[in-house]
Amino acid sequence: MAYTKAKIKDLLDGKIDRDTLHTMLSTPKDKERFQVYLELLQEQVKWDDQIILPLGPKLYIVQRKLDKKWMIRSQAGYDFCEWDQNWKLHARIRVRDTAAQMEELYPRLMAPSPEWQVIREYFCPLSGDLLDVEAPTPWYPVIHDFEPDIEAFYKDWLGMPVPERA
Amino acid sequence: MNVQSKVDISGIVRGGETLKGHRDRLMEATKRTKHYAGLSKMELRDSDPIKYNKLFSRLRAGVVDARETAKKIAASPIVEQEGELCFTLYNAAGDSILTSTGIIIHVGTMGAAIKYMIENGWEQNPGVRDGDIFCNNDSLIGNVHPCDIHTIVPIFHEGKLIGWVGGVTHVIDTGSVGPGSMSTGQVQRFGDGYSITCRKIGENDVLFRDWLHESQRMVRTTRYWMLDERTRVAGCHMIRDLVLEVIADEGIEAYWKFAYESVEHGRVGLQARIKAMTIPGRYRQVGFVDVPYAHEDVRVPSDFAKVNTIMHTPSEITIRSDGTWRLDFEGSSRWGWHTYNAHQVSFTSGIWVMMTQSLIPTEMINDGAAYGTEFRLPKGTWMNPDDRRVAFSYSWHFLVSSWTALWRGLSRAYFGRGYLEEVNAGNANTSNWLQGGGFNQYDEIHAVNSFECAANGVGASAHSDGISHAAAVWNPEGDMGDMEIWELAEPLVYLGRQIKASSGGAGKYRGGCGFESLRMVWNAKDWTMFFMGNGHISSDWGLMGGYPAASGYRFEAHDTRLKEIIREGGVIPHGGDTDPENPTWEAMLPNARIKRDKQAITTEAMFKDYDLYLNYMRGGPGFGDPLDREPQKVADDVNGGYLLPRFAESVYGVILADAGDGMTGVNIVATEAKRTAIRKSRLEEAVPVSEWMASEREKILDKDAGVHVQQMFAASFKLGPRFEQDFRKFWNLPEDWQLLEADLPIPSYGREYSMDISELPDVKTVQFVEE
Repeated sequence: MAYTKAKIKDLLDGKIDRDTLHTMLSTPKDKERFQVYLELLQEQVKWDDQIILPLGPKLYIVQRKLDKKWMIRSQAGYDFCEWDQNWKLHARIRVRDTAAQMEELYPRLMAPSPEWQVIREYFCPLSGDLLDVEAPTPWYPVIHDFEPDIEAFYKDWLGMPVPERA
Repeated sequence: MNVQSKVDISGIVRGGETLKGHRDRLMEATKRTKHYAGLSKMELRDSDPIKYNKLFSRLRAGVVDARETAKKIAASPIVEQEGELCFTLYNAAGDSILTSTGIIIHVGTMGAAIKYMIENGWEQNPGVRDGDIFCNNDSLIGNVHPCDIHTIVPIFHEGKLIGWVGGVTHVIDTGSVGPGSMSTGQVQRFGDGYSITCRKIGENDVLFRDWLHESQRMVRTTRYWMLDERTRVAGCHMIRDLVLEVIADEGIEAYWKFAYESVEHGRVGLQARIKAMTIPGRYRQVGFVDVPYAHEDVRVPSDFAKVNTIMHTPSEITIRSDGTWRLDFEGSSRWGWHTYNAHQVSFTSGIWVMMTQSLIPTEMINDGAAYGTEFRLPKGTWMNPDDRRVAFSYSWHFLVSSWTALWRGLSRAYFGRGYLEEVNAGNANTSNWLQGGGFNQYDEIHAVNSFECAANGVGASAHSDGISHAAAVWNPEGDMGDMEIWELAEPLVYLGRQIKASSGGAGKYRGGCGFESLRMVWNAKDWTMFFMGNGHISSDWGLMGGYPAASGYRFEAHDTRLKEIIREGGVIPHGGDTDPENPTWEAMLPNARIKRDKQAITTEAMFKDYDLYLNYMRGGPGFGDPLDREPQKVADDVNGGYLLPRFAESVYGVILADAGDGMTGVNIVATEAKRTAIRKSRLEEAVPVSEWMASEREKILDKDAGVHVQQMFAASFKLGPRFEQDFRKFWNLPEDWQLLEADLPIPSYGREYSMDISELPDVKTVQFVEE
């Protein structure tokens, strides 16, 4: 089942009506969603480098116009690293590892105990947008959470041309 | 299907094969062809799709109907109120064809029991005949935990076995060391309750008298036990009758083909859904949960179990370009001296419960999905133990906490493709479990396990908040149950039931909130209760900027004098413990003995009438940056009791304003300024990750972390060499840096010595995963 661009935009904006949402959940997926989705996202960002794959509400893999390199970029325009690297290693981080810091987020007793678990917040260095939160034990390595096989996804699964990569 | 070739005619299976010969041939063909049972073509489905679908629809409707009808027989509110039961139809090899609604983790667990019977020669001894009834709850061969009791009935047609039907209910007590179905006091199987290994308990559709006499005295809640058994037997017999009716109408050949093609159909269907919904690549995530046993209120029999530990499961999902996938859990913790271990089948089978809620939301839930998935669970881990002493009674403690990470992985795929409707930041840690026992209000020996936590908060999606006090990952149809029913089932009066404010993780879309019930002991004798849930750790992270759900705590009050306070017309605690940072109940209970702390797992504590117990159900994790949340929604959360007002500003940057009529609104201008200020302060307080890594590395070199954290890493290093290599590489550690459990100041029994169930004489275990 296909949906209008307006309906997909409603979904992105958190305004989707219940009937359409139910249809989306209960019927086979619309393969063309990805292209409509990319169009909508492209309209929302202030730069015109091509979005290849969204990684979060404010995080994308893009083809940098300048040099055709695939980069991981924030909504605010910060290029963290190349697409197959762990962007979090290039972000700014704040670690909540005291009870006082935890209690800014949760009521006392409902917060994790910092000697068991810390909260690591990864920010966009330009905007201060919170792009990811990890909540592991102390010492835990930064997780490289997603390594997409973009070539297979575009070419084999969607039948779309793979954007050029320098 | 051509399953009649090379037939050994000495067996009971249709066509004359033995059960073992039949399964061996199917498994060989599956391995050789990569199609289930060698079915490269689905002959019935392709040649007569209407008949195929008719068979599916009648059988599926029949198993669902059997569940709905049979559960009315049950006495236990866990079964009748929460729907904690499930029926599954299997082919002759023990592979599931289809299953009912309910606790569908058992799509695999009862099949594992059937396969155990097949592989261990049950056909010869004790024999498998028409009218037999078997019972199993053995977690060492695939069950989730001892309280899930399986009834298994073979189905014969014209004197030959053509399949099996299994029914499972979650019973309220199994006679473990402590009362309640998921107790905490024992640390080994030998205290984990009555354990039954595929035992023949009836012939000619009649239960044996010795079984009835023995089993009823092995548990505390005899009446529930016996009626739940009748529920399972009735459902199995309904389904057996249905199968025979379907065969009479459609023919045995069609049914026989369907019984195998449907499994291949399920396998192919999974692959198609993976391609339709995800993105090829690698996804990594991790789950944790706390086991805080070095506490005076955790009274276990063995000193070596009195340690604080953390259970740890990293996972890597690999989705290949052909739509196949592999789930690898390298680096997971070793099994432990507690009741939170799991069998490989319950771990993998339970994942299908999750997948039916997103990846494969189809009625055709069967073993096809399992054949379409490669699992790697290293031997010796908590979900694939290599020791026959392990206990399982609350395996869910870490099952739910490790699986919640998989939601995040899959959700990255859904988000990337634009299927935002499928994104789920995670499930809640489904607790607290209010359990205990003694003599109840009817002067009977009793045990309780309140299933209110079948209604926790749901994780946020990428387009909406998670649903509050709504669901549990292990039962897509669970609910919190009626207070009036729980009051009949438990000698505990409700003094309140309300939404647990700020329990859902913050985010652009917040996690659903849990709820809390305040219970007062009433008309109980020699009564005990305990707590079971996560406390120090929130096992449910947020996604893409969302925060984890809140973690747990306990509140219990003894010697409350509530009887006198009520008689004098005084103020008593009621409603919820709205803000545990600013508690109000203590002032109403002068001189009461109160325990209010992060110790969310305890063992049996004595309670008497007028004592209080707070049952707090957890929330789900959030999605996206909270500063992107629509401000009015934050005000709505405050008005609705979902958020404590002070967090509107500190978490969401929303400045609330008086909206009249006692309601709260938003000061838009001040909110915009506040959010700008928070973004600025974030950057001021943050450092480059490289800088933080340098300081964290120093802590690692200095072994600067709690012993429980060090134990977790040391145990994972031992079982997961690749995990250790990755850790060393990430932190650039020198070769002489070592972390060994043997060097830590706590015991680690089980570290070097273990003995697997397969080492027992005449036992052949069935391996379902790569180890």
